[in-house]
Amino acid sequence: MENIKDTIKELERGVYDIINEDRYRYKSQKGLTKEIILDISHKKNEPEWMTNFRLKSLETYQNIEMPTWGPSLEELDMDNIVTYVQPDTKLNGNWEEVPEEIKDTFDKLGIPKAERESLAGVGAQYDSEVVYHSIREDLVKQGVIYTDMESALRDYEDIIKEYFMTLVPPNDHKFVALHGAVWSGGSFVYVPEGVEVEIPLQSYFRLNSPGAGQFEHTLIIVDKNAKLHFIEGCSAPKYNVTNLHAGCVELFVKEGAYLRYSTIENWSRNMLNLNTKRAVVEKKGTIEWVSGSFGSKISMLYPMSILKGEGARSEFTGITFAGKGQILDTGTKVVHAAPYTYSTINTKSISKSGGEAIYRGSVRVAKNAHHSKSTISCESLMLDDLSRADTIPVLDIMNDEVEIGHEAKIGKISDDTIFYLMTRGISEEEAKAMIVRGFAEPIAKELPLEYAVEMNNLIKLELEGSIG
Amino acid sequence: MNEKLLEINNLHVNTEDKEILKGVNLTVNKGEVHVIMGSNGAGKSTLAQVILGHPKYQVTEGDMIFQGESLKELKTDERARKGIFLSFQTPEEVPGVTVEGFLRSARSAALGRPVMLHSFRKELKEKLELLDISDEYASRYLNVGFSGGEKKKNEIIQMMMLNPKLAILDETDSGLDVDAVKIVSEGVKQFKNEENAVIIITHNSKILQSLEPDYVHILLDGQIVRTSDASLIEEVNQKGFAEYKEAVIHA
Repeated sequence: MENIKDTIKELERGVYDIINEDRYRYKSQKGLTKEIILDISHKKNEPEWMTNFRLKSLETYQNIEMPTWGPSLEELDMDNIVTYVQPDTKLNGNWEEVPEEIKDTFDKLGIPKAERESLAGVGAQYDSEVVYHSIREDLVKQGVIYTDMESALRDYEDIIKEYFMTLVPPNDHKFVALHGAVWSGGSFVYVPEGVEVEIPLQSYFRLNSPGAGQFEHTLIIVDKNAKLHFIEGCSAPKYNVTNLHAGCVELFVKEGAYLRYSTIENWSRNMLNLNTKRAVVEKKGTIEWVSGSFGSKISMLYPMSILKGEGARSEFTGITFAGKGQILDTGTKVVHAAPYTYSTINTKSISKSGGEAIYRGSVRVAKNAHHSKSTISCESLMLDDLSRADTIPVLDIMNDEVEIGHEAKIGKISDDTIFYLMTRGISEEEAKAMIVRGFAEPIAKELPLEYAVEMNNLIKLELEGSIG
Repeated sequence: MNEKLLEINNLHVNTEDKEILKGVNLTVNKGEVHVIMGSNGAGKSTLAQVILGHPKYQVTEGDMIFQGESLKELKTDERARKGIFLSFQTPEEVPGVTVEGFLRSARSAALGRPVMLHSFRKELKEKLELLDISDEYASRYLNVGFSGGEKKKNEIIQMMMLNPKLAILDETDSGLDVDAVKIVSEGVKQFKNEENAVIIITHNSKILQSLEPDYVHILLDGQIVRTSDASLIEEVNQKGFAEYKEAVIHA
């Protein structure tokens, strides 16, 4: 039985693994130099301030050390990463105009089928640029903007200049500096004061080109008392070379506004996923994160909520699945920077076949944030003795008048429970899948239906062939 | 009538290098109700779990034959699909999995095809009513937050929905109040017919009052030391197990 297990090297991931021919209009040189940055910026016809922003970020990147507190990133060789791959098409507003091959990939991933059924708008990025964008007419009439970042920089330059990388500045850490230098693609959303977008907008990011990096930038502004649910999906097929994803998400939730940001990231096992996401929430605003991390070789992802205004709230619901050869170092950060702010953190991790799932999180309550409340719950499930789970929570509380609850549970899947289910005629594989799906159920409940289905499929894929 | 369902021959079982069962012999035919009594730690639950193949036990000698086929090489789920059911003494809690969803998976595993949703729901509703459990239990997570009695009733519902050929009830009556015992035995009675068989493991004779066992066995120190008809229950109630223990020592 051991031998069988050893021969399973990489999961077959069905549609996610479809590799298209690496066809592009333009591809930058490998590596990272001033010339490459200038080249990207000129190709994109950017205003001078953005070109300078990129160059300054490059300088910052070169002056910051690699982070050493987490998983080792020594295999990352920036000299071998292609930072910009322009797909061989323009931005299309009509799905039929998207090239057949790219369209086919997105069709198989369920986009824009999902759009026809349940979305208010869709964006699809292929390698470094967005190839398709659409938004419902009625939302446009209400002043909602949903477009790719390149168009936004052209059409809404003032807004972009005011907000772009102000919440996540390039000197924050090495990979946002990199992002600042080579960012490309991503989505821009603006929801005007009082407008409630009742059905979700969705952007899907697909990285096809081997040995490339994806650095999409998502900037969302939900104005006073407005409401939005934004869904982000990501995937890439598997290659033998290292790919890098260092996206950046900046969310501005204004007074009384509500934003839910749902993600399922499903990367191939050659991906280093070093993504940075942050939200700033004004008075009585709400940010809700729903985050599913699957795949990748290494992930380091800690969406952060800054509760800046009195009565602001954040809720983080996350699930992470680490299989063989994977290190998924994920969690969340919350800063209570005003009185009467509330945060809830609820994470679950699953590890199997030697995978490592690490919860790393911090909750910081500032001096002035009296009467704030935070509830943290982290649960880990290990499916065998080879796997690892860790919980590294940091609490930094500067005020006495706060209420903090913290609960962490790490456990192994129980042989008795598997036996119980098997006595009802259920196979060992299905029994394990059932227990894992049940464990993940509170998260699945938070996801839009098609993503909950996708998550269950991913769990099934991850568990297939796992019986030793 | 006398068709053999289960035959256990000279069964020796170890766990963690300790011998728990020391040569058990037992034959169960279709249409029969067997009762196994015995003091704590005698090996009753071990016997039940070994028949279903719990990985924690190793069969070192002897065999278990179910409808002419040895169970030893079969996995737990295969044994279940052959028609053996175990009602657990302490049923496991499975968060996130609803009673209904679980039963549907189990039923379709047994059938080898998906279940018909409408008739399945109807049937489940009937069983819930019979056992005096409210409908909302179907959508609750399996055994999570159930009282002891609810868990036991849930086992009986599973038995009725899966309709096995051989049902082993491991102390299903323990921890139940008088009324619940009555309801559970009513469920078992309704399940029982000439084509199936039941093995009841118990400390308590209350559940047996309405079930009319054909055979009563006393299991002590890993061996069946006495087999008789239902009158043995009364004998045990009066004398306790001490006398039979002597029999083991002198055997």
